Amino acid sequence: MKDILSELEDRRAAARLGGGQRRIDAQHKKGKLTARERIELLLDEGSFEEFDMFKTHRCTEFGMEAEHVSGDGVVTGWGTVNGRMVYVFSQDFTVFGGSLSETHAEKICKIMDMALQNGAPVIGMNDSGGARIQEGVASLAGYAEVFQKNIMASGVVPQISLIMGPCAGGAVYSPAMTDFIFMVKDSSYMFVTGPDVVKTVTNEIVTAEELGGASTHTRKSSVADGAYENDVEAIAETRRLIDFLPLSNREKAPVRPFFDDVKRVEESLDTLIPANPNQPYDMKELILKIADEGDFFEIQKDFAGNIITGFIRIEGQTVGVVANQPMVLAGCLDIDSSRKAARFVRFCDAFEIPILTFVDVPGFLPGTTQEYGGVIKHGAKLLFAYGEATVPKVTVITRKAYGGAYDVMASKHLRGDFNYAWPTAEIAVMGAKGAVEILYRSELGDAEKIAARTKDYEDRFANPFVAAERGFIDEVIQPHSTRRRVARAFASLRSKKLANPWKKHDNIPL
Amino acid sequence: MFKKILIANRGEIACRVIKTARKMGIKTVAVYSDADANALHVKMADEAVHIGPSPANQSYIVIDKIMDAIRKTGAEAVHPGYGFLSENMKFAEALEKEGVVFIGPPSTAIEAMGDKITSKKLAKEAGVSTVPGYMGLIADAEEAVKISNEIGYPVMIKASAGGGGKGMRIAWNEQEAREGFESSKNEAASSFGDDRIFIEKFVTQPRHIEIQVLGDKHGNCVYLHERECSIQRRNQKVIEEAPSPFLDPATRKAMGEQAVALSKAVGYTSAGTVEFIVDGNKNFYFLEMNTRLQVEHPVTELITGVDLVEQMINVAYGRELPFKQADLKINGWAIESRLYAEDPYRKFLPSIGRLTKYRPPVEGPTPRGGIVRNDTGVFEGGEISMYYDPMIAKLCTWAPTRLEAIEEMRLALDTFEVEGIGHNLPFVAAVMEHDRFIKGNITTAFIAEEYPDGFHGVELDEETLRNVAAAVAAMNRVTEIRQSRISGTLGNHERKVGDEWVVTLQGREYHLNVAADHEGSTITFEDDGGHKRVTSDWVPGHSLATLDVGGHPLVLKIGLIPMGFRVRVRGADLKVHIRTPRAHELAQLMPEKLPPDTSKYLLCPMPGLIVKISVAEGEEVQEGQALATVEAMKMENILKAERAGVVKKINAAPGASLKVDDIIMEFE
Repeated sequence: MKDILSELEDRRAAARLGGGQRRIDAQHKKGKLTARERIELLLDEGSFEEFDMFKTHRCTEFGMEAEHVSGDGVVTGWGTVNGRMVYVFSQDFTVFGGSLSETHAEKICKIMDMALQNGAPVIGMNDSGGARIQEGVASLAGYAEVFQKNIMASGVVPQISLIMGPCAGGAVYSPAMTDFIFMVKDSSYMFVTGPDVVKTVTNEIVTAEELGGASTHTRKSSVADGAYENDVEAIAETRRLIDFLPLSNREKAPVRPFFDDVKRVEESLDTLIPANPNQPYDMKELILKIADEGDFFEIQKDFAGNIITGFIRIEGQTVGVVANQPMVLAGCLDIDSSRKAARFVRFCDAFEIPILTFVDVPGFLPGTTQEYGGVIKHGAKLLFAYGEATVPKVTVITRKAYGGAYDVMASKHLRGDFNYAWPTAEIAVMGAKGAVEILYRSELGDAEKIAARTKDYEDRFANPFVAAERGFIDEVIQPHSTRRRVARAFASLRSKKLANPWKKHDNIPL
Repeated sequence: MFKKILIANRGEIACRVIKTARKMGIKTVAVYSDADANALHVKMADEAVHIGPSPANQSYIVIDKIMDAIRKTGAEAVHPGYGFLSENMKFAEALEKEGVVFIGPPSTAIEAMGDKITSKKLAKEAGVSTVPGYMGLIADAEEAVKISNEIGYPVMIKASAGGGGKGMRIAWNEQEAREGFESSKNEAASSFGDDRIFIEKFVTQPRHIEIQVLGDKHGNCVYLHERECSIQRRNQKVIEEAPSPFLDPATRKAMGEQAVALSKAVGYTSAGTVEFIVDGNKNFYFLEMNTRLQVEHPVTELITGVDLVEQMINVAYGRELPFKQADLKINGWAIESRLYAEDPYRKFLPSIGRLTKYRPPVEGPTPRGGIVRNDTGVFEGGEISMYYDPMIAKLCTWAPTRLEAIEEMRLALDTFEVEGIGHNLPFVAAVMEHDRFIKGNITTAFIAEEYPDGFHGVELDEETLRNVAAAVAAMNRVTEIRQSRISGTLGNHERKVGDEWVVTLQGREYHLNVAADHEGSTITFEDDGGHKRVTSDWVPGHSLATLDVGGHPLVLKIGLIPMGFRVRVRGADLKVHIRTPRAHELAQLMPEKLPPDTSKYLLCPMPGLIVKISVAEGEEVQEGQALATVEAMKMENILKAERAGVVKKINAAPGASLKVDDIIMEFE
């Protein structure tokens, strides 16, 4: 009997070694942790429960029948993050380069099924050379099985992907369909076709880092939502993100004990808006001063900086923030910012996370680049996302809310629950100068007259009261009391019930 | 007494004068420029008059505008503060003409002391010690030696036309005087075409020590002892103290009496300052007299208990000074730190902008028996404007002894939160830790000698590092326990927060055991078994942690980083990581990454129009210097140099419309 028990320990020890010490050392040398080390860091100490530790592939081609490693290149199971359940898979680059076989895929699918059934997020740590070529179509089938699970899980449980090594070809499409992708700088890359194929086909010479490194995907392509210095930091920040997210769409966003005064007054917000309407200010200051403890988890920080998206807590509860950023492109909406914010709003709506919107938007960015790029359809995504969202929506207009962009930014007309404006708000079709140039075209030669007309227009429309008179603004609030007002608004919406008409699904302008 | 006075100044000094006027029951009038419409001095005053555009030469120093404001408000007297019109004889005369009282000295005294040569001559006549020297023409080396012998060594032999150290020699004896004269003369002739030479006493180990005087219109004049202002950066005072750690009572008395003699000689009334340079042997020489209230006057107020502004107002009104020389004793020690919006990490470049956070330490008595005073003209959400002196505040501490006053200053600086702009607080805090400063072994060359390549942060000593490590371990425990109390946890399988932690900071690592109870935590250092008891009311989200570590107060500025805290204390800015032993072990496997070599290009950060190129090809630029202005969506964005360099090529001209990442200029 004792032998049998100790054989289990021996088998476990062998499985834990993955591809062996030499490959583990090689992994470390590349500045990367092993699959198991990553899980250890991600989960609470001692909380990991493993599935399929002894599973191996069934391939008999190309001599594979002689090479079996327990676990088959991926470690799967569940555990807790700060006591809350998550499912996890972590690809093991030391075993067949982390390549995906039919059985490797089966292991991933198993925990995804369980996550869906039991209502807990799926965290995938990707570090794989790609398909297990020896298995051929069986491996491709495996990818597709995972894709289908990703699709079914989307909107049911949060899915987070960490790219911690290579992720190329078909492999990219599983992370692509998850909610958030985080990359590790210098040691991870993602692309559909690698630099060699690119060179053969298009004669373009590009490095893997340039083609699909963390910088490319966080700044240019927006495929990734964030990038971190190393594995340890990426995992620590993933734990921080998980604390903001509900376990599934069956639950409300989590609440954490907080040490911040709900009634905290921030006098300095009264001077946030510069006297000169063309001078930018940093919208992040407002977000940080409104949030519990100044804690803000930003999503897509390095992409489309003219809009800010991310999570804060108010009274301990998660709130998604969308805010125009006057520091970048004057905070106007364009293709990139609309896409970025639309996806974020839909995530929040899918997982019952209330949305707080700060508005300072002079309109949509004009130009051929924008029109040729389809700003009409992309802008409509944000409009659509806000309009269909049924979660609590609180909006604060700090300065400009001009034209169609005003409508888009969670206006009262899109079922905004609370629409507040600061006294500095200007809600109008456009800025005074532009309006006067259209309305008084014949007087354009007369600078004096135009100045008088501009002043008239400003006096009439450059304020929140015209909108407030119509009820489009629920109340004009003092900037210093924004935190209290916003907190009370969300408190009153805690049992909000709103349903959209039945449909198979909507047809958002993709 | 006056019913209403006008303060012809701005910023902290205007606020400071208003405080005293208010205490005396006098109404106040502030003046302000466009940039100061929301300034603190405007809010504090009973009335405020707008006097024009932001640049001082169109507002604060335009005499007519101040006179208009006086007429408009009926102010009976004017306090000029320092700078601006404070030593402007024409302003004093204009006021006299209108029958408005100038809260300062008579215009004749301003005039007499305003000229360097006249003031030196007057000082000499009044029996004030001046730097010995010979101004006349020196015929030959023999005469030079004779003069040098009379002055006493060391002497400085200088070309009349000299500059930049050319044609200058220091001689310590006869032989050097002879040689120095010859070589200076030759060098002067070849460099400047003018071989006239003069000789004066060379002041070794110079200290800047000044005497505060106060006179009334009844012939009384007293000195309120000295202030030492030797800690200067490029002639700008940074740290001042009173008394001086260097003077003995006899020297103090001699300096004070000479200062009074000079004041009486020029019929001085009100507050004034006689500046001396003092050498290593306590020989002192007159430099100049400042006929106004000095920036650093609070340290004198703290050690004498005299409100100088109150006395200035009293004297201006015609009252007699309420004390005699014998009443003025030195009580304890006071230090002033000038906080400037100058980034010490970027060569002290001015850093203007919005104060997103401004939380000074609490003023008044401290638990240790000291006093904190903070003179300021700004507030959280206010602006440090490009138009004026970038001073944020004057932070003063008082305590019975110098070392205690330094300790109070350290804690006050640790408690002072300023965010949004770069500022010199870390630098001042570093000086407070500097051995030479602590010993009082300072000269006007202190900063140049001790920080020759600028300021690059502070390395903390082992004891402070251990205190910070213990503090972080205690704070981390609070954070981790809170984290584990989130809703939705798996019942009965909650996370247990462990006791073993590894703290890394400033290249050191400490293995700690954290044992918490209701009052605090006991931290055990596993390397040597040492314990530290930590108590604090810190909770997550507080940017300031006030702790007691092993019986000593410790104040940390806290920020969050992945798996740790950013901690600012004693001028140091630390990344402190705290991890479980296993996480620490894994973190050690992570590669050390060098900061990326950011390219040698200035790229256009947004599609927009180039409005202005502020530099030229071949120009040397400093970190933070404005390079170009890009207008996008009708907003002007100033692009600044991220580091010092030389402009190699400019690729875009004003009026050019650029796309994102277009190259505006290249650097060498």
